[in-house]
Amino acid sequence: MVRGLAILCCFQLLGELISRAAGLPIPGNVLGMGLLLAALAANLVKLDWIEQAADLLLDNLALFFVPAGVGVMVYFQLIAREWLPISVATIVSTFVVMAVTGKVSDLLEPEEGSHDK
Amino acid sequence: MTNELVQSPLFGVTLTLAVYALAQWVYYRTRNVWLNPVLLAIVAIIGILMACDISYADYSRGGDLILFLLGPSVVALAGPLYQKKDEILKRKMPILIGVFAGAVASIVSACGLALLFGGSRDVVLSLAPKSVTTPIAISIVEKIGGVAPLTAALVVMTGCLGAVCGPEFCRMIGIRPGASTGLAVGTAAHGIGTARMLEVDRLAGAVSGLAIGLNGLMTTFVLPAIFLLFGE
Repeated sequence: MVRGLAILCCFQLLGELISRAAGLPIPGNVLGMGLLLAALAANLVKLDWIEQAADLLLDNLALFFVPAGVGVMVYFQLIAREWLPISVATIVSTFVVMAVTGKVSDLLEPEEGSHDK
Repeated sequence: MTNELVQSPLFGVTLTLAVYALAQWVYYRTRNVWLNPVLLAIVAIIGILMACDISYADYSRGGDLILFLLGPSVVALAGPLYQKKDEILKRKMPILIGVFAGAVASIVSACGLALLFGGSRDVVLSLAPKSVTTPIAISIVEKIGGVAPLTAALVVMTGCLGAVCGPEFCRMIGIRPGASTGLAVGTAAHGIGTARMLEVDRLAGAVSGLAIGLNGLMTTFVLPAIFLLFGE
């Protein structure tokens, strides 16, 4: 468990380092995910080293967003001032994105892939 | 003395864990998607803080500790991605083109609708990266000149909406379950949507996680091009 957490944090740190040093627009954690994926594929890191820690974090992923959501309270006034354009654009656009992405993916997906549950 | 306690990280951590645990209990009892535990916990915590006149700054001392775990969790998405790599590689094109179409649709529909309903320049620009994961959305909005804190708030609201209605909406309009639904929800609702998809199934969750990164990348490069095209 501790080994897994250490590996995950190492890759995040590595991602942050590269992102800052190279001035990339990609945040360190997303870059870290890519690097870890490459390390798993290259067999430098074994899946079972990180599996326990990764499962623990991913099973509770939603919890970690709660503090960010509470942060909305600081911008209540800003949102209240232009609530109409903000709510219409946010709500409708979210559904538009899901419909467009899902339909495009379905159209292009090989038929045999559709047997997945 | 109470003041000191409220300002210790223990307060924010305890409040978040306790309210979230309660919200989860309510959600699993009722199975009502509108009682999504993230949404419920956010609303309840904001209510408690306001009722007790506790500032966000005090809460965030503990809240930030929990938020910190988001970083390694994003890295951890490499796990399910690696496990499902064969199924994902088989779907390279649908995934890449699907996310690209979604990224363009997100920018055009969010900015277009905001303009149509009389949104100010600040709001329109801040809405542009609303489907992108928070850290990337912030760096994008700083570049195009929107209001970063507003974007952060909009990103979380978008995520909650996608997590609450995403899987049901996709089923309703006939999008296939599994990879396509995961891709749709991940592209629209980033990490909060992915958290919901991971509950539904592991492949959908993995694809949804991939969509977070891809949408972030594509929006970073597509957004300036679209703004150039429409002259803002």
